[in-house]
Amino acid sequence: MTHTHRASGRAGPEHDEEFVDILEERRRSSDLGHALRTFNPHPYRGAPPCSTADLNKAVLESQYLRYVAKEIAMETGSSEEDVREEARGILEEMSQNLQLRFIRLMGYTLTKVFKRLFTGIFVNMEGLGTLQQAIQEAPVILMPNHRSYVDFLVISYILFTYDIPVPVIAAGIPLAGMKMVGEILRRSGAFFIRRAIGSDKLYWAVLSEYVKTIVRKGYAPMEFYVEGLRSRTLKSVTPKLGMMHMVLEPYFKSEVFDITLVPVSISYDRVLEESLLAHELLGVPKPKESTAGLLKAGKVLQEDYGTMHVNFGRPLSVRQLCQGKINRCQYNSAPRDLPQKPTEEAQACVSWLAHLMVRIQDEGSVISPWSLMACLLLQAPMAVLTEEGLPWERLAERTLWLRRLALDCGAGLNWPGQTPDSDVMSSAVALHRSVVYRRAGRVYLLQQEEPARKRPISPEEAVMRIATAVLMLASYRNQSLHVFARPALLATALHITKSTQRDELFACFCFLQDVFSYEFILVPGELSQDFEEACVLLEKCGAVHISQQEVTLSDMGLEALSFLRALIQPFIDSYQVMFRYLSEEGDPVLTEKQLVPAVRNRATKLILSGELRTYEALSSDTLKNALSALQRLEAVTKLRTPEQNEYKVNSAAVGRIGDILSGTIPPQMLQTTPDARL
Amino acid sequence: MENVVQRLLKCSTSTFFQLHIVNCTGLGEEGVKAAVATSRLERGKLRRRTRAAVETGVGHREPGPRTRRCPQIAFCPAFCDPDSLPPRVGWIAAGALASIPTPAAHGSAPSIHKHGSSMASNSSSSGGSDRQRIAQQRLRIIAGHLQRPAGDDSALLAAECKDQGSKSDASSEEKTVPRRRQEIMKWNGWGYSDSRFLFNKKGQAEFTGKRYKLSGMIIPGLKEWFEGTFGANLQHKSPATPILNSSAVRPPTLNEAFVEELKSTGVPFSHDAEDRVFRAYGHCVHEIFALREGRIGRVPDLVVWPNCHNDVVKIVELACKHNVCLIPYGGGTSVSSALECPSEETRSIVSLDTSQMNRILWIDEKNLTAHVEAGIVGQDLERLLNESGYCTGHEPDSMEFSSLGGWVATRASGMKKNIYGNIEDLVVHIKMVTPRGVIEKSCQGPRMSTGPDVHHFILGSEGTLGVVTEVTMKIRPMPEYQKYGSVVFPNFEQGVACLREVAKQRCAPASIRLMDNEQFKFGHALKPQVSSIFTSFLDGLKKIYITKFKGFDPNRLCVATLLFEGNREKVLQHEKQVYDIAAKFGGLAAGEDNGQRGYMLTFVIAYLRDLGMDYYVMGESFETSVPWDRVLDICQNVKARIVHECKERGVQFTPLSTCRVTQTYDAGACVYFYFGFNYRGLSDPVHVYEQVEHAAREEILANGGSLSHHHGVGKLRKEWMSETVSNVGIGMLKSVKDYVDPNNIFGNRNLF
Repeated sequence: MTHTHRASGRAGPEHDEEFVDILEERRRSSDLGHALRTFNPHPYRGAPPCSTADLNKAVLESQYLRYVAKEIAMETGSSEEDVREEARGILEEMSQNLQLRFIRLMGYTLTKVFKRLFTGIFVNMEGLGTLQQAIQEAPVILMPNHRSYVDFLVISYILFTYDIPVPVIAAGIPLAGMKMVGEILRRSGAFFIRRAIGSDKLYWAVLSEYVKTIVRKGYAPMEFYVEGLRSRTLKSVTPKLGMMHMVLEPYFKSEVFDITLVPVSISYDRVLEESLLAHELLGVPKPKESTAGLLKAGKVLQEDYGTMHVNFGRPLSVRQLCQGKINRCQYNSAPRDLPQKPTEEAQACVSWLAHLMVRIQDEGSVISPWSLMACLLLQAPMAVLTEEGLPWERLAERTLWLRRLALDCGAGLNWPGQTPDSDVMSSAVALHRSVVYRRAGRVYLLQQEEPARKRPISPEEAVMRIATAVLMLASYRNQSLHVFARPALLATALHITKSTQRDELFACFCFLQDVFSYEFILVPGELSQDFEEACVLLEKCGAVHISQQEVTLSDMGLEALSFLRALIQPFIDSYQVMFRYLSEEGDPVLTEKQLVPAVRNRATKLILSGELRTYEALSSDTLKNALSALQRLEAVTKLRTPEQNEYKVNSAAVGRIGDILSGTIPPQMLQTTPDARL
Repeated sequence: MENVVQRLLKCSTSTFFQLHIVNCTGLGEEGVKAAVATSRLERGKLRRRTRAAVETGVGHREPGPRTRRCPQIAFCPAFCDPDSLPPRVGWIAAGALASIPTPAAHGSAPSIHKHGSSMASNSSSSGGSDRQRIAQQRLRIIAGHLQRPAGDDSALLAAECKDQGSKSDASSEEKTVPRRRQEIMKWNGWGYSDSRFLFNKKGQAEFTGKRYKLSGMIIPGLKEWFEGTFGANLQHKSPATPILNSSAVRPPTLNEAFVEELKSTGVPFSHDAEDRVFRAYGHCVHEIFALREGRIGRVPDLVVWPNCHNDVVKIVELACKHNVCLIPYGGGTSVSSALECPSEETRSIVSLDTSQMNRILWIDEKNLTAHVEAGIVGQDLERLLNESGYCTGHEPDSMEFSSLGGWVATRASGMKKNIYGNIEDLVVHIKMVTPRGVIEKSCQGPRMSTGPDVHHFILGSEGTLGVVTEVTMKIRPMPEYQKYGSVVFPNFEQGVACLREVAKQRCAPASIRLMDNEQFKFGHALKPQVSSIFTSFLDGLKKIYITKFKGFDPNRLCVATLLFEGNREKVLQHEKQVYDIAAKFGGLAAGEDNGQRGYMLTFVIAYLRDLGMDYYVMGESFETSVPWDRVLDICQNVKARIVHECKERGVQFTPLSTCRVTQTYDAGACVYFYFGFNYRGLSDPVHVYEQVEHAAREEILANGGSLSHHHGVGKLRKEWMSETVSNVGIGMLKSVKDYVDPNNIFGNRNLF
């Protein structure tokens, strides 16, 4: 079956379209004038406008919440009135209070900030045009990726500038706790969701009714991050399905004719939080969001962050996407307000759509020359990067080669055509002087100078210092990872199996996808298409010949294949560290809190001994992903305990997965159940 | 001159005239006149006869021998409810009085004789209110002259076939449907040949004929609405093939043995091409479109007109004996492809036209039931019952042409079901002829616990099991008072909320319908030319009041039409209750005229479709039933789906996609969708239409709507039957079919 999103050629780059720098005009005209512009958007015409108070009232008085309150009252023995009062409190904490005045205030502030941070904010005008149209026709869900805190209001800012209704935005509750800022955000349309809601039934109910009411009423476009949180690695995160389900349910239950999903890809040349993120990945706790912290970040504002691209994807009709995937009649036999567990069909559909959105976000993102350079830099031996330095000419030549490969794979590159290539690369390196520096025709990894220290640096600390830079570099590599993911998995499969048989390769491809499902977000149920795509791409860049039964290597394609394999290698190596640790560990029950530092210690030792080449094994995200993958593959089971997450390890199973990954035993299809976490 | 009174009295005594003409000695001749007139027995004619009778000075009557049945109705009306006698009148005739509008009622209410007003009628006897008032007065007087005999009882008559001779003298001119339908009806459009919409030379729309209230009127707003709504142009005509070309009809495949034996039974039949074509289609848009283009597919090979139950028994026996396919045909108003001859049918197909089985066999005034032959069409049934002071109250929109048997076979619903119930509530007893024999219950008990109700195998069987020949139905005294009304709401949401509340309080009027904004505008466009400047001035004022003063958005407001019925006092009370509820939802009373016009449109809307087809506009309506909580969603989604699908399929101009809520129930409502589009430039408009309708039905089902509320399944909606009633359900239906009709004699292949 061909899916509309593929058939329509959406997968192909739409980057020929024009991106316009919206800051240009701001630099020319008055900021205040912009903030006070007449704002007169065409809203969704399906429903009459309603006030925040009406919205909240509708939520609290909904039949659904009534049912839930009754249920909870029965379970807990408290009175229904108390439960409803509690619900009121939750809603108060949660709800947005969108006001035009504050949008203007936000507009004014952001203009100031953006002008300082970025040389340009590029927006695809065509996407804005179709969005404007779409907003009038159906409730719109804006689904940006989340790479930086800067993402948070940029869409509202753009929509305000172009006379499109500003969205309400799902945000994490910590933001609400910030003095003043929280309230400003709330009045700019943010609504706040607690982290780790867990099994708080009432909270779920209030949240989902709130979200659904906004969608049903077409109150305003809704913006939320399907990834759930900011990606620390700049790589897409496995989408969270809870919010997605809430957003889609009004369509499933025929409460609206259609819902329009608009994936938005935000790409940065340079991310404000880069070093913060790297530190977090290495176990340094994230500072609490606070207004004071924000003000202290003043230093951050002094630097240049290059450009930002906001690519509004083609609006997608949920009705069209769900054709044949959801039978809406399933909601016909019981009241739609009744709290019910979503059916398997609905869960599968939600999961599929969520993954699809992530994929489209990926495809819409704009890849900078720097990201390509980061791919190559990471493949150089560490000693070269830290001591000898990588010859600039070599890097430049390889980058241009990679540019071709990336274009063959359909990447949307932001490679200025008018500027000489060498200047483009030089300025990329210059922009990222926090990661690398260029000296005497060679490029070196920058190791951060710590403030004057009393004692000499221990070897472990040295590893950490390098790791910080490597993880920053890896993040930028990750920006383009999705372009190469499929062919790279196939290249790896070719290497592991040493086979040319399509079916064997496919089995291995599936295995790899399974193991790395948290690293490379592929759309569930589309593995064979992904495999086909990988074959086609590899053939296109001359790496293989494809026949009915076989995939044979071509001599000309060795460079590409080895590059692609090397792209995956750090993940394989890191996962193997985890696997070995788990299969060798005597204690079959572990807590997550112990596990990550323990494996990180082990990895540090391995790096010091020279057995492990990648520093990415130190990243907590990588380790957690590996653990999640094992859980998915049922080699590890999560034990629900009240205090912390405990895991029961099946050492043999873990060992077997490691063996398949290293190619010592042949790959087999590992049965997995579709991912359905809600 | 024939002694009319004598004749009349004979006729009367053949039943139980004596029931109501009670002893009222002392009243003058006037009374005789009145009583007879008021009985409204064959109203127009008899009134004249009565006058003659009175002139001859016959004041008293004696029961005469029963000489022959009254041709139309087997008895004269009687009054059987002495408990509710108005004190003024004394002990006479209460039941009938209740059915006669009081003069006061007539002062303000529209005539209850709706045939004369909204719906077409063949009858010349449109009762003016004056005449009725006088008649009522007379009745009181004559009643005094007549004696009430002891031990009266319902005079039940055997359901014998009327002899051919008696048909001619009184009945044929009274009955709507002749054997040769082509004499009065269109072959490729809706309704009577003399009634149609057209755009005259000035480009103004007018409605021809004399049958309807709208007949002969100019409708000034229609052209603009028509062109604006559909992007149609009066220059672009798509006229229909004017006459039926008999050579386009395939010669009949006759089963000679069957025909031979049929001849010997004396049941009339025909294999004339026109007769056969007339019974080959219902009124789905694809059927009419094909006929307009002169395309004629498989048609029945023979048409038979049984006159009574026994004729049907004979026909069915012969059909079984000779393996002939029978397709029952009632009023021909099907909109489910139910009448279409299955293309895979190789046997000779015989259309069994029940239209001549159209008598009321008896009326049981004690139990308020009437036993009626199933071929009677709605307007005749109501008219004849009205003449006796009764009604069934069953008024489907198609009631001019649809038949009692058809109602039973499709589970029909009438507009006034809130008072009278749907067909399944109205039916007390059904007789059906099947290949296995006759099915009927042994008694007329109002409710039974005797296993699954066998009536429910018959109700909705859509001609797959047999022919319904006779039905006992509940009847009610005619309502004393009727009042139309309308309410304007600021938007459809409020309107639905109001209807829901009305249903919740169980105070729905006889009819309550909510039209959406598009239909409101449509209704507006159909306003006939107003003669007085004052009226148009008032209209203008109303409009200003609603849109300017009350702030209603003319592009959002919608209107509910109401019909109240019953005792005058209660009607007024009821009306207040409903308007009070409406006010809570922002509704403003918008007058009787708007309400009445809404109901009138019901009868002319089908004619309008033919007008559209003259100008490249194709349209259809379809219905569903849905729980209350989904009414708004289904309306919004189905309308959107229609627009969406049209766009997808290359329809250039946005279609008309509109809906109305036409019935309320405790747990939900019936919703009608109307869909029309300009098909100019489309190579296969019918195919486009069918795809859109199909998509709309899928949307209805996905929105929790039913496959059909009352149109039935036919062949058009068969594909969804198993998901609708489950596979086990289909199995149950099939096993009944297998038992009742193992050789598929009733082979129209409807339902499954």
